[in-house]
Amino acid sequence: MLARTLIAAVAISAAALLPASLVAAEIENKLVVVTSFPKDLTSVFKRAFEKKYPGTKVDMLKKKTTAGVKYIQETASNNTTDIFWASAPDAFEVLKGDGLLAKYEVKAKGIPDKIGSFPLNDPDGYYKGFAASGYGIMWNTRYLKAKKLPAPKEWEDLTKAVYFNHVGMSAPSRSGTTHLTVETVLQGKGWKQGWALWKGIGGNLKTVTERSFGVPSGVNSGEFGIGIVIDFFGFSSKATGYPVEFVYPSTTALVPANIAIVKNAPHPKAAAAFIEFVLSPEGQELLLDPKIQRLPVRPELYETKAKHLPNPFKGEIAASVAFDVKKSKARYNLVNSLFDVMITYRLDDLKAATKAIHEAAAALAKKPNPEAEKLLAQARALVAAVPIDEAKSLDPEFAAIFKKKRKKKTDKVSGRQAEVEQQWDAMVKANYLKAKELAEKAKAMAQ
Amino acid sequence: MSATGPMETVHPHHPASTRRRLWREIVAAWRAQKGAALLALAILAFLLLFLVIPVAQVVYVAFLDVERGGFTLINFLDFFRTPLFRESFYNSLYVSLMSVVVATFISLPLAYFTSRFNFAGTALIQTLGVLPLIMPPFVGAVAMQMIFGANGSVNLLLDEYFGFTIPFMEGLNGVILVQSIHYFPFILINLSASLNTIDRSLEEAAQNLGAHGFRLFRRIVFPLAMPGYVAGAALVFLKVFDDLGTPLLLNVNTMLAPQAYLRISSIGITDPMGYVISVILVVFSLLSLWVAHLAMKGREYASVQKGGGGLLKRDLKPWEKAGAYLVIVLILLIVLSPHFGLLLLSFGTIWSYSVLPDGFTLAHYREVFTTAWPYITNTLLYAGLAAFIDVTLSTAISYIVQRTRIPGRHLLDYLGTAAVAVPGVVLAIGYLRTFHDVMLPGVDKPLATWWVIIVVALTIRRLPYALRACSAALQQISVTLEEAAQNLGAGRFTTVRRIVVPLMAGGIAAGFVTAFATAAVELSATIMLVSSESDAPLSYGIYVYMQTAAGRGPGAALGVLAVVIVGFATWLSHRFVEKQRAQAALDERMAAAQGV
Repeated sequence: MLARTLIAAVAISAAALLPASLVAAEIENKLVVVTSFPKDLTSVFKRAFEKKYPGTKVDMLKKKTTAGVKYIQETASNNTTDIFWASAPDAFEVLKGDGLLAKYEVKAKGIPDKIGSFPLNDPDGYYKGFAASGYGIMWNTRYLKAKKLPAPKEWEDLTKAVYFNHVGMSAPSRSGTTHLTVETVLQGKGWKQGWALWKGIGGNLKTVTERSFGVPSGVNSGEFGIGIVIDFFGFSSKATGYPVEFVYPSTTALVPANIAIVKNAPHPKAAAAFIEFVLSPEGQELLLDPKIQRLPVRPELYETKAKHLPNPFKGEIAASVAFDVKKSKARYNLVNSLFDVMITYRLDDLKAATKAIHEAAAALAKKPNPEAEKLLAQARALVAAVPIDEAKSLDPEFAAIFKKKRKKKTDKVSGRQAEVEQQWDAMVKANYLKAKELAEKAKAMAQ
Repeated sequence: MSATGPMETVHPHHPASTRRRLWREIVAAWRAQKGAALLALAILAFLLLFLVIPVAQVVYVAFLDVERGGFTLINFLDFFRTPLFRESFYNSLYVSLMSVVVATFISLPLAYFTSRFNFAGTALIQTLGVLPLIMPPFVGAVAMQMIFGANGSVNLLLDEYFGFTIPFMEGLNGVILVQSIHYFPFILINLSASLNTIDRSLEEAAQNLGAHGFRLFRRIVFPLAMPGYVAGAALVFLKVFDDLGTPLLLNVNTMLAPQAYLRISSIGITDPMGYVISVILVVFSLLSLWVAHLAMKGREYASVQKGGGGLLKRDLKPWEKAGAYLVIVLILLIVLSPHFGLLLLSFGTIWSYSVLPDGFTLAHYREVFTTAWPYITNTLLYAGLAAFIDVTLSTAISYIVQRTRIPGRHLLDYLGTAAVAVPGVVLAIGYLRTFHDVMLPGVDKPLATWWVIIVVALTIRRLPYALRACSAALQQISVTLEEAAQNLGAGRFTTVRRIVVPLMAGGIAAGFVTAFATAAVELSATIMLVSSESDAPLSYGIYVYMQTAAGRGPGAALGVLAVVIVGFATWLSHRFVEKQRAQAALDERMAAAQGV
């Protein structure tokens, strides 16, 4: 009897040990991950993965997304990277387009195909979403209190005169996630109204930061009071102890953060094991670490450990926009360039015009004057004007000017980006100047 | 830069026989100076391999017709046709010139007081004066904002007590202020090195003729120290013209360097304009160097007296001393305030929209000390090696340019300095492109991902600093001293080793310090080239921390470590130079006493 129990016990423990030791033996002893994620996220996953696979050492190379893409492109002939791990889906699109990613079929079950209206995984099977993020508005409570400002709730609030010179954001050409916000609003509100909104916010900007983390950093310091940021920047800043709050506006897109295996990965088995680990229930729970705070892609977690976070699968974040990936891709660089020409590079002119408009509107509110109202409306229209309409933005031939990565020597592109940007710049600058003059005239009439 | 007269007269240009003459010259030069010529060729090969070829691999796009793919200059035409670029160009020029002016006002008193009068803490003052160069990436910017920003400590205090604020950190004037604070040590270091090698007898002669005080300084001392000043001023100008960090920190986009960077580093965009701007930056930098060269041409700065001896140091009367200290402390207080901010950040808990952090803690240092050691050793190794190679190359290049007649020798000088205008990211991409398929025997990975490539990148990027310092130092040494040594039977190599290098010591130390200090906090090329966490230097560690809200404190702690380490190294090298000088002075006096 005793012997039988003993044997059974040994058998059971052997069975329990077997798969783990087998798996551990199966994968390579090294894994190289190129990632744009901060240390707070990568170190947690590195520690947990190395604990699970004691024979494997993970090297997390942190490069900002653009540098990571360039690094993988330039080292492709002699690839040393296994995994590319970053937020912006468009960075993965670039690598996929260059044929630098490997297809991978995920074994883990229980992850939906869509989060909100955005497909969670690459339809072609190259990269997978492992966490979701939404864009929103973050503010410094001390700052708002000191300057006696109300807390904003919607994108439109940020165009109000009270927020003049108090808002910070990054540029879509600098940050893939900012690009998604800009594109989401353009799709949600329409090309014309969308740009009018961005210019309204643009006129109130204190600054356009060079990298996406510059925005939460500025809000945390109190350099500016309000920032347009991705949710986990808001959550993690608050968790660190900064006096900040975060809100999702009603027009927001939920975007997956992604992971993919690089083509010709030197450690393919370890790479596959890492993806499976990140998507497993235990890996997904790691996302709830107070310093990480990203939305898991396993719906069941929202019933238990992630109860405090809004459940994107149940529409608790109102992602009202049906995001059209094709549209976004077709005019990707064009939107970046348009934003830079109209807002980033002409911020001073835009702000001068906006200030004049705010002042005229305030004067007219006290002393109405129909003639002046007309001038003011003209000024607003001039600021909002966009050099091209939506149809043109989606014209493949026109958009190609902004891509012009000739795959073959024989490929031809007509027109140069610098030429087009120069025309836009001339128009935009003249418009802002004229708008400022008209608004000043309107103000003078109201006094 | 060539200084002495006779060399210039060797080249009478008769177009008809130019080619034959050139050939004869080359042959003659080869016979006369085989060793130097070989050295020049070796340096040229190094610069071609690690600067020209990699950069050309990237910027050739600037000359590519986007429509057809052939060679074109249309992109440059586009540059000058675009108002935004023209505006950026003027802004860059204005900011650079104004920064030189402001930096001069900051560094003149510091250099003058410490090299002319007996001060207890000369080495300390000179060291503190170098610290502004060591502004760790990102966290330095945050510290600056916390002190001088629109809602920084100074403005919050001003607002509370006086009801107004000063926009220190806004617009072009903000850029000028921050750049001057950041880069004035270039002038301070080089000017001090120059002041310390001035021939004392000239100063004494002027005094005997009745020149005193400010007039003595203006008419005699400052003109004699001109090589050092021009070297420093040229560096400030070049660096500010090409600098990216400060305009980005202040979010001023309408300048050339940020325009180039913003265009090069966006995802997926292959717009050639970024590279066009890079080429224009390089060309303009060379042009300004040439102008500086013209300004110095045909003048004699060399002194025969051994090591120059430096100005006569004298004691100050007590009230004079108090005044001098007041000026020095005031200047140091302003230029070091970002570092106070850094210190506060590293010890602070949460610091947001307040004059001081909410509380203080040691937690950030505790976190950093467990992880920072490899970063520190890597930084010391990389920056130390790079700075050492830099001063070696620079001494050789200066010697070849100023003391030999090898045709085309100026090319080395210009190439070495042109590196200042190459954006770090361009150099790094060039390295990845050029060396990724190069396997060295005995190294198990491609050259582009081996840690040595980081050292090479730092060497190339900081070469201009060392080169200007060494060049200025050699300019102040009279060639007659070497001729004397050679007449006494010393060979060329012995002369260089026993006469030239010791006399250049001050300039070499200045070059080493500037190269080392700035290499230790370099990020733009490093971050592209780091291919394994264990190879990463401090600046990479700071970058990693500064990506998260929780990482600001530890990032600042790492930044403080960087400043302390580099500061200590700087102080050591000052001590070294001071000791050498004291020893030399002692020897001289001993010799005089013995009636030699």
